[in-house]
Amino acid sequence: MDVQDIIKEENLVYTKTKLMTDNVLSYCPGCGHGTANRLVMEVVDEMGIQADTIGVSPVGCAVFAYDFMNIDMTEAAHGRAPAVATGIKRVWPDKYVFTYQGDGDLAAIGTAETMHACNRGENITIIFINNGIYGMTGGQMAPTTLEGAKTTTCPYGRDVKTMGYPIKITELISQLPGTYFVTRQAVDTPANVRRAKKAIRMAFENQKLDKGLSFIEIVSSCNSGWKLSPVKANQWMAENTFKYYPLGDIKVNGELVSK
Amino acid sequence: MKELRLMKGNEALAEAAIRAGVDAFYGYPITPQSEIMEYLMAQKTQERTGMVTLQAESEVSSINMVYGAAGTGKKVMTSSSSPGISLMQEGISYIAGAELPCLIVDVVRGGPGLGTIQPSQADYFQATKGGGHGDYHLIVLAPSSVQEMYDFVKLSFDLAFKYRNPAMILSDGLIGQVMEKVEISEQIPRTTSFDPSWTITGKTPDRERNIITSLELDSAVMEKRNEKLQAKYQKMQETEVRYEEVQCEDADYIFVAYGSSARICLKAVQIARQKGIKVGLLRPITLFPFPTKPIAELSKRVKGFLAVELSAGQMIEDVKLAVNGRTKAEHFGRMGGVVHTPGEVLEALEQKIIGGK
Ligand SMILES: Cc1ncc(C[n+]2csc(CCOP(=O)(O)OP(=O)(O)O)c2C)c(N)n1
Ligand code: SF4
Repeated sequence: MDVQDIIKEENLVYTKTKLMTDNVLSYCPGCGHGTANRLVMEVVDEMGIQADTIGVSPVGCAVFAYDFMNIDMTEAAHGRAPAVATGIKRVWPDKYVFTYQGDGDLAAIGTAETMHACNRGENITIIFINNGIYGMTGGQMAPTTLEGAKTTTCPYGRDVKTMGYPIKITELISQLPGTYFVTRQAVDTPANVRRAKKAIRMAFENQKLDKGLSFIEIVSSCNSGWKLSPVKANQWMAENTFKYYPLGDIKVNGELVSK
Repeated sequence: MKELRLMKGNEALAEAAIRAGVDAFYGYPITPQSEIMEYLMAQKTQERTGMVTLQAESEVSSINMVYGAAGTGKKVMTSSSSPGISLMQEGISYIAGAELPCLIVDVVRGGPGLGTIQPSQADYFQATKGGGHGDYHLIVLAPSSVQEMYDFVKLSFDLAFKYRNPAMILSDGLIGQVMEKVEISEQIPRTTSFDPSWTITGKTPDRERNIITSLELDSAVMEKRNEKLQAKYQKMQETEVRYEEVQCEDADYIFVAYGSSARICLKAVQIARQKGIKVGLLRPITLFPFPTKPIAELSKRVKGFLAVELSAGQMIEDVKLAVNGRTKAEHFGRMGGVVHTPGEVLEALEQKIIGGK
């Protein structure tokens, strides 16, 4: 049976998101980036705001998001997306502006830009894909890499004594009064995908209401970087990553969610 | 009646930005240019014209804010001084690569490193030769008076938009701080229409999505992009060179100097003429594109050029390339924030050119 036989009307449970272009995704099969890209475009489509949305794509695996998202976009230097988005939003306050960044981008080289955009309460949406590794450059250690996890630059496992602790950037920025909605989601199961989409929708709605900064972490797998099959990677993530990076809302309507 | 005001160079530049209909200024404080943002803040630019003035957390951030807003077609600018400009180089390379118009002001101070807050011209290389990574150029304008600090803001934006290229005003601590009379122009309203062919203002059904990027993984395509950039710089060299000549018609010797060095050379020309030495001054106004042709022409008949700079000798390289061995070309400079006197300049001319081998 070839692909064309499978893609039949009666077999389809899902159709291609309208605002995704026809370009073939450059993400590895099984990677969370593809799903996350799609969710953002679904929200933009459902809200009917394509003509008012400007995206900022980062350095990292998602740099080519502009090839897949059918909206106006600008590419940003490594880590600088929150500053680029600030520059845009301040001169176009009525547009929806979002960044889409990886953990190396947002929590390492771009820590200052992230902190300060959050602290100023820029009325933008930050979508943060945390896969605990540098995917694009071949699987080096990220600031979010779990203790003991092996990467190409910590081949014997991350030793926190010499390499520091995995950083919970989302919890950190939730402490800043400038952030309005801070949440951690995942896209590994259909239920989690639905929750993640709801959070993205909420973030864009907040922007419409001029509420300030919404920050959505999406815990994701990098099956290539982790050297696991897509299924195994998702299992490993559910068993290990979610323990250190628990899913759920951290701040809603400007108030920390008490746990 | 024209409006005249007594202003500092930095203040004049800031007022010019408001009156040129600039949409946003993103910056970070550093001496000797902090008055620019201070003035804008004091003027409540948002109320006056709708112009955004925002203090970023760093120069890295401010240049990236400029990059973001420039992609939307707005008139945006930043200003800084030497160590801050070094930090901006990453962003400047991206802006040049993505071909975005904007204005970057460098009020140069002495270096290297933290250096001094006194005037210098030692940023010539990083302003005119790229500065960041990759092959690119800025359009570089060098004011030598407070009036030019004012006038060059509008001129920079005109050129930046004409070529979709970042422009730089390369000033220094002296021009930034000195007070002079300035003629103030009328307020230009801020633009409300944006070129839909390239700006990212939101994809509408009538056009394809626009993308601002400097990335291209296909080397053959990337080479084409580079060739397009180089053709643009070539066109600037043919059509945008600006310079001023003072008493060059009958001159035997020529000072080449820009910015505050040019002011000092002007006095040295006067003193020399009183002594009966026929000296002229060629003042480059655009440092990129550089006035190569007029210097080459003069080199066919004069006995020598002295490049006078507040540096160890940077512009002299461009002067020598223009002279191409036809006659003498030497350099005189002071460094680290020390400003030369007209007497010193004349003495250097006498020793290095007139008496030199
Ligand atoms: C200034 C600079 N330093 C380093 C790089 C190389 N680089 C490209 S992507 C990347 C890491 C990206 O990791 P992450 O943000 O986690 O995204 P992922 O690829 O995992 O999705 C690095 C270090 C660069 N492009 N620019
Ligand atoms: S390298 Fe990792 S993050 Fe990048 S596309 Fe592949 S799986 Fe996804």
